[in-house]
Amino acid sequence: MTLELFSQYIFAGITYGIIYAIVAIGFNIIYNTTGIINFAQGEFVMLGGMTAISFNHYLPLPLAIICAVLVTMLIGALIEIAFIRWLESPSVLRMIIITIGLSIIIREMALHVWGDSVRALPYFSGNVVSSITIMGASISPQVLWVLAVCSLMVILLSLFFKFTSLGKEMQACAANRLAATLCGINAKNMVTFSFMLSAALGAVAGCVVSPITSSQYDMGTGLAIKGFTVAVLGGLGNSMAAVAAGLLLGIIEAFSIAVGFPLAFQDAIAISLLLLILFVRPHGLFGNKEAARLKEF
Amino acid sequence: MTTKKLSALALLVAFMVGVQLTTHVTGTSYYLTQLTMTIYSCLLIIGLCLVMGYAGQISLGHAGFFAIGGYISAALTTFNFRPALEGGSSWVELLNTTGLFTSRTSMFGEPLLSVQPWIACLLAVSLTALIALLIGIPVLKLKGHYLAMATLGFGIIIFRIVLAMEIFGEADGISDVPGFTLLPGLTVNGNLDNRVVNYYIAAAFLISGFALLLNLIDSRVGRALRAIHGAEDAADAMGIDTARYKLYTFVLSAVFAAVAGVLLTHYSGGISPSDAGVMKSVRYVAIVAIGGMASLWGALTMGGLLNFLSLRGLFGSYDDAVFGAILIIIMLFAPEGVLRLKLWCKLKGHKEEG
Amino acid sequence: MALLKVDNLHKHFGGLHAVNGVSFEVQKGTIKAVIGPNGAGKTTLFNLICGALPADSGTVAFAGRPILGMKPYQIAAAGISRTFQNIKMFPGMTALENVMVGLHTKSQAGFWAGMLHLPASRREEKKIRTRAYELLELLEITQFADIEARSLAFGQQRAVEFARALASDPPLLLLDEPAAGLNIYETAEVARLICKIQQQGITVLLVEHDMSLVMDISDEIVVLSFGQHIAEGTPREIQHNQEVIQIYLGE
Repeated sequence: MTLELFSQYIFAGITYGIIYAIVAIGFNIIYNTTGIINFAQGEFVMLGGMTAISFNHYLPLPLAIICAVLVTMLIGALIEIAFIRWLESPSVLRMIIITIGLSIIIREMALHVWGDSVRALPYFSGNVVSSITIMGASISPQVLWVLAVCSLMVILLSLFFKFTSLGKEMQACAANRLAATLCGINAKNMVTFSFMLSAALGAVAGCVVSPITSSQYDMGTGLAIKGFTVAVLGGLGNSMAAVAAGLLLGIIEAFSIAVGFPLAFQDAIAISLLLLILFVRPHGLFGNKEAARLKEF
Repeated sequence: MTTKKLSALALLVAFMVGVQLTTHVTGTSYYLTQLTMTIYSCLLIIGLCLVMGYAGQISLGHAGFFAIGGYISAALTTFNFRPALEGGSSWVELLNTTGLFTSRTSMFGEPLLSVQPWIACLLAVSLTALIALLIGIPVLKLKGHYLAMATLGFGIIIFRIVLAMEIFGEADGISDVPGFTLLPGLTVNGNLDNRVVNYYIAAAFLISGFALLLNLIDSRVGRALRAIHGAEDAADAMGIDTARYKLYTFVLSAVFAAVAGVLLTHYSGGISPSDAGVMKSVRYVAIVAIGGMASLWGALTMGGLLNFLSLRGLFGSYDDAVFGAILIIIMLFAPEGVLRLKLWCKLKGHKEEG
Repeated sequence: MALLKVDNLHKHFGGLHAVNGVSFEVQKGTIKAVIGPNGAGKTTLFNLICGALPADSGTVAFAGRPILGMKPYQIAAAGISRTFQNIKMFPGMTALENVMVGLHTKSQAGFWAGMLHLPASRREEKKIRTRAYELLELLEITQFADIEARSLAFGQQRAVEFARALASDPPLLLLDEPAAGLNIYETAEVARLICKIQQQGITVLLVEHDMSLVMDISDEIVVLSFGQHIAEGTPREIQHNQEVIQIYLGE
């Protein structure tokens, strides 16, 4: 393999990988505050992309994206308020089924609103054919957009959790909900906020990748599975490890094509990896086994 | 079997016969096709109910087991071995002399040589059981979200495999699957003049499967399963090998799914990738949840009702959305299932004491 | 001969040495209690013996046979029954059914027998039911047989739990804080039941917080503190042991 081809695959892997990482972080944010895996996480990505495409008919691109993110955040908040907030300590099984139901409803509504055609946002800069050469690989400027925006989100998020009081309150809820409540933190609002935050993350990711991967009403399930794989790979709840795990999965997928692995089975890689990791190290590659034992899976 | 259980089963038989007679009298025999398909789905659903309601394990991959059964039987009974035989392949010749193969002609008069349906069926079901066993050993160690995702992942892999492999017909699936002659004169196929017979074949399978499961939940094993579901560590302390019981239940329900898959495939003459889809698995879970999880009767009732309505096209293009909505509503407002309303419970309680 | 022999058992949780080289024996037919202040490692010790936690090192022998490393269900099948601190009744099951689950190791019917409802399994089922009823009789709770176990009062549930644990005819019964959550009357009742169980020839090892219960019924007591074996002896000896008094009353 030439160096050019090698870096080509690396960039492709990183692009997809960072999207998986964003979905995984979305999972983690909600998981940390509620203990719930939100099976509708992939649908946030789809909603972000699709609404932005619709807004883009009337608004300039940046404005359309902002509106799409806000709309998705609103939907995230509504979902939490309507379906999650008022349940008194529901069982895990119940929550799994509810969020699966939600993902189906969102997907079907998307099908009825937008149809089953494949759409895409325009390239943020340049167009389909424009490319930049880095390390011998010619890559679309959109790839740089994806990398820049997603990295920025990850950095902002870690700053948010470290330095803002809201972020700290959310972390307090994650660590011990009852204690946080006793300290005067409104845990319920924190949960709503976590849904909004992870919806927003998903929506942004959905917008930046739309030019490259296109958007379709049923793209959520695949993304959710891969995002979950990444979240588990990094250790459920650990967002920074999820970034590393996401890049790992993206690069593995990219090189599987390079070595002639059939494209049709590409999804199977992620899922096999997920099953493998669940069987061998359910606390994740970077997780702590003893600590994981204490969590309720 | 207690008299109570026997009379309930007798009622079920009477109901099944009644439905057929009604369609006959009212001249709506065309309903029988969808009813038969519904019955086969119910066979899968009661198996899933055992896993979810009694062993307490969620499975979002049961359409996968259905598909393994259906696809393998379909592939074996449609793959033409004649060219290989004529090409002089010695092992095909050997198999041919053992009577495992059967000859027929295609719609275009081309001579076909394929695996005998009984053999195909047995292979399909045993292979499904084996896969369920192998996948179950690691998967059932997981709980909650992890179990849900792992079974979902398994379902997606099966979906991808049937979608990507030529032998399984890729996106078109497999069609022209021949009928399955169970006994001379009893053939599972979609011929219109065979409709009533097929309805009763399906009903016989469902009722026997249902009776087996009813017995099971009332037995020592059923008690152990309920104990595992209720308090796993306490069950463990009673000397119950919880992992083994969960695994066997999982395999048993996979066998139910595979049998349903084989029979439905031969009945409808084909199988397509959508039968292996995630939405199908979710739908089965939805029906079990609506029936009240730990209620075989509930699963059967709801499976019959909702599958039939869906097959009749009542929900139109909102078919999947309806099931999604039902899932949410049930889990929000009646996590014990719609048949577990207070009044009903009281009535049932009195009956059980009598 | 000692029925249970715990030798130099160790368990760490990170930096915490929860069980630190504990050794003791339980003689057949006696009631032995393990006591100690909060965090002494009693529950950990208990979980190590019944297989719920893996030990770091040491041995546990039951009737001369090493049991460390066996899974909980294997230990149960080997003849050690246990109860839980927070009484784990099986939900949706009557008291009688709970006890019937306890008879699991005393019966065989498997999946096929269950599904086909074979005559042999029908006979076995009848036997299970009769035996379960006898156990309820032994613990004087037949009046609750058909009541859902979880809806009973705590003390009654404890009695059902004892019946359930005794169902497998265990030579050794482990009780995890049998008086937890009970009032003084119920505690006295539980004490009486434990003595009754002992009279059946069953050896009892209990972990308990409540000193009054332990002093009344135990033949021997082991005192743990910070994971270490501090003292061992008859209730009288323990009551007069200076070190034990210091642990309980502070410096």
